[in-house]
Amino acid sequence: MADLSINFAGIRSPNPFWLASAPPSNSGAQVHRAFEAGWGGAVWKTIGAPVLNVSNRYGAWHYGGQKMLAINNVELISDRPLEQNLREIAEVKRAWPDRAVIVSAMVESKPEAWHEIIRKIQDTGADGIELNYGCPHGMSERGMGSAVGQVPEYCERITGWVMQVAKIPVIVKLTPNISNIVMPARAAVAAGANALSLINTLNSIIGVDLNTLELVPNIGGKGGHGGYAGPAVKPIALNMLSALGTDEVVSKSRLPISGMGGISTWADAAEFLLLGSSSLQVCTAVMHYGFRIIEDLCDGLANWMDEKGFQTIPEVVGKSVHRVSDFKNFDLSFKAVARIDQEKCIRCDLCYVACNDTAHQCIDLIAKDGSVVPPGSYDVRSNGKEAAVSTRPMVKVREEDCVGCRLCFNVCPVENCIQMVEEPPERPSLTWEELTQKQREVTEDWEKMKEYRAKMGIQIH
Amino acid sequence: MNENAAWTADREALKEALPPLTPHEALVEATRCLMCFDAPCTHACPTHIDIPKFIKKIYTGNLRGSARTILESNLLGATCARVCPVQELCEGACVLGSEHKPIAIGRLQRFAMDYIYCKGADVFAKAAPTGKKVAVVGGGPAGLSCAGELAKRGHEVTLFEKREYAGGLSTFGIIGLREPVVIALAEVEMIERLGVRVETHREIGKDLQLAELQSNFGAVFLGLGLGATPNLGIPGEEQILDGLDYIEQSKMNGHALKVGKNVVVIGAGNTAIDCATIAKRLGAEHVTMIYRRTASEMTAYPHEYDFIKKEGVRFEFLSQPIRVHVKNGVVAGLECVHMVLGPKDASGRPAPRPVEGSHFVIEGDQVVKAIGQEKSSLAARLNLKLHRGYIAVDETLQTSLPGVYAGGDCIRAVGAASTVMAVQDGKIAARAIHERLVGRG
Repeated sequence: MADLSINFAGIRSPNPFWLASAPPSNSGAQVHRAFEAGWGGAVWKTIGAPVLNVSNRYGAWHYGGQKMLAINNVELISDRPLEQNLREIAEVKRAWPDRAVIVSAMVESKPEAWHEIIRKIQDTGADGIELNYGCPHGMSERGMGSAVGQVPEYCERITGWVMQVAKIPVIVKLTPNISNIVMPARAAVAAGANALSLINTLNSIIGVDLNTLELVPNIGGKGGHGGYAGPAVKPIALNMLSALGTDEVVSKSRLPISGMGGISTWADAAEFLLLGSSSLQVCTAVMHYGFRIIEDLCDGLANWMDEKGFQTIPEVVGKSVHRVSDFKNFDLSFKAVARIDQEKCIRCDLCYVACNDTAHQCIDLIAKDGSVVPPGSYDVRSNGKEAAVSTRPMVKVREEDCVGCRLCFNVCPVENCIQMVEEPPERPSLTWEELTQKQREVTEDWEKMKEYRAKMGIQIH
Repeated sequence: MNENAAWTADREALKEALPPLTPHEALVEATRCLMCFDAPCTHACPTHIDIPKFIKKIYTGNLRGSARTILESNLLGATCARVCPVQELCEGACVLGSEHKPIAIGRLQRFAMDYIYCKGADVFAKAAPTGKKVAVVGGGPAGLSCAGELAKRGHEVTLFEKREYAGGLSTFGIIGLREPVVIALAEVEMIERLGVRVETHREIGKDLQLAELQSNFGAVFLGLGLGATPNLGIPGEEQILDGLDYIEQSKMNGHALKVGKNVVVIGAGNTAIDCATIAKRLGAEHVTMIYRRTASEMTAYPHEYDFIKKEGVRFEFLSQPIRVHVKNGVVAGLECVHMVLGPKDASGRPAPRPVEGSHFVIEGDQVVKAIGQEKSSLAARLNLKLHRGYIAVDETLQTSLPGVYAGGDCIRAVGAASTVMAVQDGKIAARAIHERLVGRG
């Protein structure tokens, strides 16, 4: 059985799953129950500046009959008194010495304010501190949260203040509401932070109520952007995580990264590990289903690791980072074509319409006699299941015309029915970067490009 | 829908069996639909409703558009959603059928139809009047469909119905478990709102003559349906109840219907199954269906057979009635003889013949026969050319008399008679009549 324990910048926990700083970690009672359920750690809901909250805090995006593909919120940091939070943090840590208790903090951008909160947190016996530079609503209007995370200089300065008094590991939590996530990360590295975490929530407006024309959620006739999280943001988080892993400065610093953003299942978790997270934080999935989901997060991850021969979490961390690259480094000669398994095909023709209308028109409908037929070619007088099923043409890829765009693969509802089959390359391996170096004119002039294509036998369909 | 009408006095046990889908159920089911391109369900539907399109509209919350999509292809979408043998048609062709569960197309269609009928909204605007007049004879599905399609095109349509209400078998002949009377009548009202004038108690060959219609109208459509249940020609037959009457009573006057304790139903088609269901649900202790062939030859759909077995109805296959036993003026039982199957007969099914000396009596105090309907004798009397006893029609459903068209069960010489086929006939004939009256385009 795989060992799921981690040591993250000196913070130890029996498994890599921590509650993210959010409503699930709002109180001692909640964190206590989460630990009973098996969570490896918790990042306490952000404490710091005094706040007042509003009603109708959460909006959600539902899709395809599924609830909460994403949630958005305008809830602020903890509205419980600071002293009560600190007392409960100390109690929880005393009761759960083997779990990671990290405290998220956010105060006004003044050195004395930060020094004071850091000292108070350290007095609780907590294992670490997370600096909330990400909250995109409310607090940012007061110059905190993402207002800090969006300006690398602020990020560096405040982290510097924190590091002056910090005796326990400090994690800088980054906001995704920025054009280049690497910049604030480098600032945190420069200021001497011990670790990074990402992503915080994204700016978002969930929608408009078509009956009342009010925003969703409606707060006394008004609404506005809130932090967006949940399964829908996972690809964005994975990209930002990879951006840190592939950045020279950040990767050289070897700072561990706590990954989050849409982790709902053990499989999501494994992907975050493979792209460089060494601890994992979860919020929306817990808000949807409760603390009990930790069981399958751990069980599924351990089973996958056993199957793949990974014995410890560090063996998994970053295993796929070396594959992250840029377009210019991709092999232009790599060739894959779509192939449809006729045995598995259920004749929904979704691949046909996707290819024909929006891709490269290389899937045909083939009738029983082998001829290519247009859609709707049956006799309209025929009916009944026998006629409909027995005369339905099959879908077939004209492989010589397939560009390998992979759209059909993505729309096919049947597991493993369409496969992208790797074909032997027709030309020697070449990247755009190499082409630019060898024959720059081809990359800049359409006429030269045409000549190059003719010479290389490259046909565009 | 008029909830206060007398016919809502359907007995509780015969209320519509399937509950409507809740909005959430409908959304989840609509989401399951893959939205096949050029979908097989649409091909399988005799009226070729664009099924993925109407389901997608349920998914997007465009219920009015969904209903319109259905009604554009099938004006009797509310009836068809309930009575269509979907297992043999759309759902039977669903690509999810092989590995999963086919989409509940019938129930989704009902969801969209219920929405529009409960809202009392109409989805079609009336076309400009053409000044052309068409007579439709018979207010069953074929006649209603034809009349509605023609009215949509601006023609002045009069529909003649011999009974008190139009709707045909949808109103009178389909068990309330599947289609309550109010649904059929709501559709009739919708057809009337399209501009069709419905005249009830008008019967061709009696107070209405075909020649008269031919001279007063630009075209005539005959949706005559079928005739009476044939005679068995056995002693005591006058004691046997007619299956269609039995169903009609259960729908129109359910409380007056007297159901026996021990009921024997002769026949194994869908109507026979409806009769057996009524008997069982309204209190019969024992219901026995007798059929002279076996389960493999019965004309009821397989899902209907599965249903009735679960109702607790007993079957006596390979049995033919030969006499009704009557004691003191009341039915005491049905004497039958066992049969064996021989070579195939004209219907393509093995011909049963009696086994000598195998007589037996099924005790019972009520005997109902549902052994199909005779071909309409009217067709011959109207001097129409016949095909296998049904009205002969060409591709456009025109009969041997120019300008006189026919559709529905009265022309169904080949294939299974069904509501949805009748609706399609009405559509085909309406298109041909329209072209005849105003030319193509």
